[in-house]
Order: sequence, then C-alpha cells, then structure tokens
Amino acid sequence: MSDMTINLKIWRQKNSTDSGRFEDYLLPGVNEHMSFLEMLDVLNEKLMKEGGDPVEFDHDCREGICGSCNMVINGRAHGPKHQTAACQLHMRNYNDGDTIVIEPPRAAAFPVIKDLVVDRSALDRIIEAGGYISVKTGAAPEANLIPVPQEVSNQAFDYATCIGCGACVAACPNSSASLFTGAKLSHLNSLPQGQPERDKRSIAMVNQMEKEGFGDCSNYAECEAVCPVGISISAIAQMRRDYMKAVF
Amino acid sequence: MPSIIEAFQSQVGRKILTGLTGFLLLFFVIFHLAGNLAIFGDPDAMNSYSHFLHQLGPLLWIARIGLIIIFVVHAWIGISIWLGKRKARPKDYNVYSSKGGPSKQSLSSRSMAFTGFVLLVFVVIHINTFALGDAGTVVVDGEQMTDIKTLVINTFQNPIYAFGYTFVMILLGAHLGHGIWSAFTSLTLRSPKASATIYTIGAVVAVLLAAGFLFIPLYIYFGGGCEAALINCN
Ligand code: HEM
Ligand code: FES
Repeated sequence: MSDMTINLKIWRQKNSTDSGRFEDYLLPGVNEHMSFLEMLDVLNEKLMKEGGDPVEFDHDCREGICGSCNMVINGRAHGPKHQTAACQLHMRNYNDGDTIVIEPPRAAAFPVIKDLVVDRSALDRIIEAGGYISVKTGAAPEANLIPVPQEVSNQAFDYATCIGCGACVAACPNSSASLFTGAKLSHLNSLPQGQPERDKRSIAMVNQMEKEGFGDCSNYAECEAVCPVGISISAIAQMRRDYMKAVF
Repeated sequence: MPSIIEAFQSQVGRKILTGLTGFLLLFFVIFHLAGNLAIFGDPDAMNSYSHFLHQLGPLLWIARIGLIIIFVVHAWIGISIWLGKRKARPKDYNVYSSKGGPSKQSLSSRSMAFTGFVLLVFVVIHINTFALGDAGTVVVDGEQMTDIKTLVINTFQNPIYAFGYTFVMILLGAHLGHGIWSAFTSLTLRSPKASATIYTIGAVVAVLLAAGFLFIPLYIYFGGGCEAALINCN
C-alpha cells in the first residue's frame, strides 16, 4: 500500500499556565504498518529538522503494558479501537487524507505539563492511600501456603491488569476515577492477603479519589469502553459494596 | 472511619443514595400509574380510590412527607453531580465521542439532569393542578368526596396540559431508560453477564410506564372519558 498523508490537529500547550491552542500539521509518508506513536515520532523528526518544537507525549513500553500513553484521539481515549492502548493502535486504521485531532486527557486532577503530557500523580496518591498490602520483608513466602480459589484469583487478576493509564478519567463525562480506584481496590480486596487492611483501604482510597478532584460516577460505563485492558465496571460496584461494608 | 452521615456524602454514598431514591421513586411512579388506570374502571373508581387515600389521614401524610424527602434528596444529588462535571473538567474537549461497545452513553443517560430537572418543575405544577386544585365534590354511595375525576377530565381538555403532560411523560421514559439499569449498578446489583438483560428490561419498563402515563391525557383530550364522567366536554 502506498504511503498516506494525514492531517493532524494537535493540542500544543507550553506549560501548565499557557492557555494552549490547536496546531495543524500535514504529515506525508505515513505507512500503514506504523503504530500511532511511530507516526508521531515521524512528525517530531520532521518538526525538529525544521527547527520547530516537537510534540511532547507520554510513552514508554509501546506494547500496551505500562500505561504511559494516554491521549485522546478524535475524541476517544486511546483512539477508536476497543482494548487497545494508543501505542498498540496502528495507522492501518486510518485512510489517506484523514484528519486526526489529538488532545491531552482533560481533567482538573490531570493538569497539563506540556502538549499531550499531563500530570497523573493524582492516581499515584490514590494508590498510596491504600493500594498496597503490608507484609514483612524477607524471603518470598511459599506461594501455596495461602490457598486462593481459582475464580477468585482470576477475578483479582482481571482487576490487577489495570495499567493506570487514566483513560477512564479521560473518557468519563464527569472525569471520575471510579474505574481506576475500583480496579485497584477490588484487586487487593478480593485476595486473602488484602483482607487485614480491607476496610481501611476501601475508605482511604475512596476518600483520596474525591480529594484529588475527580468527579462523581454516573454509570455511563464509558470507562469500560475505553479501558485498554477491558476492566469491567463491576470493579466500581465492588468498590461501592466494600466502602459501604467498611462504614457499617 | 467516616460517620454514617459523612459516608453518605462521599462519592460512593451519594451514588448509593441516588440509586436508592431512584428505585423508591420508580416504585412510587408504578403505584401512581396503577391508580391513574382507575379512570378506565368503574365510573366511580377514580374518585373512590382518591377518597380511600384521603381517608388514610396521618398515613397519607407520612407517605407524602417521605416522598418529598426522597424526591428532594434525589434531585439535590442529581443536580450536584451535574454541577460537579464542570469543576472536574474545567476545560472540555474540542472533539469528544463515545467509543460504543459496553458504553451506556446515550441521549437518555446524557440528559438525566435535563429530564430530571423538567420532572422537578413538572411535579410542582402537577401538585398545584391536581392535589391543590379546585375540585368540586361528588356523592358516591351516599358519601361525599372530592371529584378528582372531573378535574382531571376538564384539565386535559386544554391542549397545553394534554400535550405538555405527554411531552413530560416521554422525558420520564427517557430518564428511566438509563435510570433503571443505572440504579441497579449504583446499588451494586450487577454482573457482567446480567448487565445487558437488566438494561433491556429497564428500558422496556421505562417505555411501558411512559406509554401508560401519556395515554391518559391523550385519551381524554381526544374525547374519551367525557361520557363516563357525565360531564359536557368541549
Ligand atoms: C419521577 C421522578 C423520578 C424518578 C422515577 C427518577 C428515577 C431515577 C432513577 C431510577 C435514577 C438512576 C439512579 C442511579 O443512577 O443510581 C435516576 C438518576 C438520576 N436522576 Fe432521577 N428520577 C426522578 C426525578 C428526578 C429529578 C426531579 C431530578 C432532578 C432534577 C433527577 C435527576 C437525576 C439525575 C441527574 C440522575 C443521574 C444521577 C447520576 O448522574 O449519577 N431525577 N433517577
Ligand atoms: S506506551 Fe506503555 S502502554 Fe502505551
């Protein structure tokens, strides 16, 4: 297939105080085998050669496991494909002459650092509030000492696959972090190792989520639709149950 | 550890309350429709039913006050969630669209605050028209009672009322189209497997309720019910 020319409309913002604006770029020579991020690399090379300022965007593993990438592509977090992180999205999903609008995730709790890069440390603080178990350090204990039923470990693992990218926040009309918090909390609350701190964890993580300025959940389930690992909103239901159980 | 009051003010607690009050309002609405259908029954059925409710005395007042509290809590939280959107996302997207699939974004879910707000205004007008309205009296089986039926039939001769009610009942259907499924989810009564079924049942119930409610004003406006009430319409 011949190369494509893509019209890009990208949000450029110098720093957190700059008001920001869209800038248009015409990018020829885009190959269908490129990943979305590789396409942006090509753009940045071009910009640098021309003496311009490259577009900042977060990325690391480029294989859908680290959760660094999180941009909103044509109004959808991580782009058009289900259960696909932006780094796993390929240009074969686009046609010659397409216009692609790229914006950073927008939420009060995610201030823009530069261009498409936002500060997601609010999610880290939710984890710090209770997304851990307290164990004595030392040699790893014998794995089979604590029996975990298969269904329980499967369920916990499904929640543990959350890569913390924040797409749920980006896509939620209310900018709620309920899916992230629900997944992290339900993962540990499902397992025997998570039981001693269960109530404390449920309350602390829910409180922190609210304190960071994330919005309420209206059950739109858009978060589940954009989650690159497809975490179910059942995680949110479990968070609600565990929080109420902890209070009563 | 938060107190129970604090817990119900948290994001999780607020959602539990929306779901709980939403369900209670749903049950009320179902009851209300059942009462309305008395208009199709025996000529005196509607007035007798209304008379029966009035005779409950203090019980009726407990129910009324309970309903008002439920309604106000529901509307208060709903509006505050809606107002919170702007605060949580001061700068909105230039381009935004749903990704579809498991997403429950729809005209129904996105307009909950609008349809809810219209319902709020509607309920005030509705109470003013019927509960506080100037109904005459009628004697049924030797007992004097409020003639609510004639008031209803007269009111719906006015096209503004007949079609206004119809419109609002369509919005009620839209509110419940997402609302019933949402209330199940808020109260954590969900599983990935049952979700689609609950959504469909919720939507069907919403459509049936709306259809049931809006049929009455339209039926009356287009000439039904006049004879039964022994009044002269038009
Ligand atoms: C006849 C009256 C009403 C009924 C039967 C009703 C029913 C429901 C139900 C079942 C839900 C789903 C609950 C949930 O999401 O957990 C809901 C949600 C909602 N209701 Fe109502 N409602 C009524 C009146 C109102 C009024 C007067 C308002 C406000 C002005 C309102 C605003 C809302 C909003 C904004 C939501 C969505 C809450 C959210 O975003 O999470 N409703 N309603
Ligand atoms: S770069 Fe690691 S998930 Fe996309």
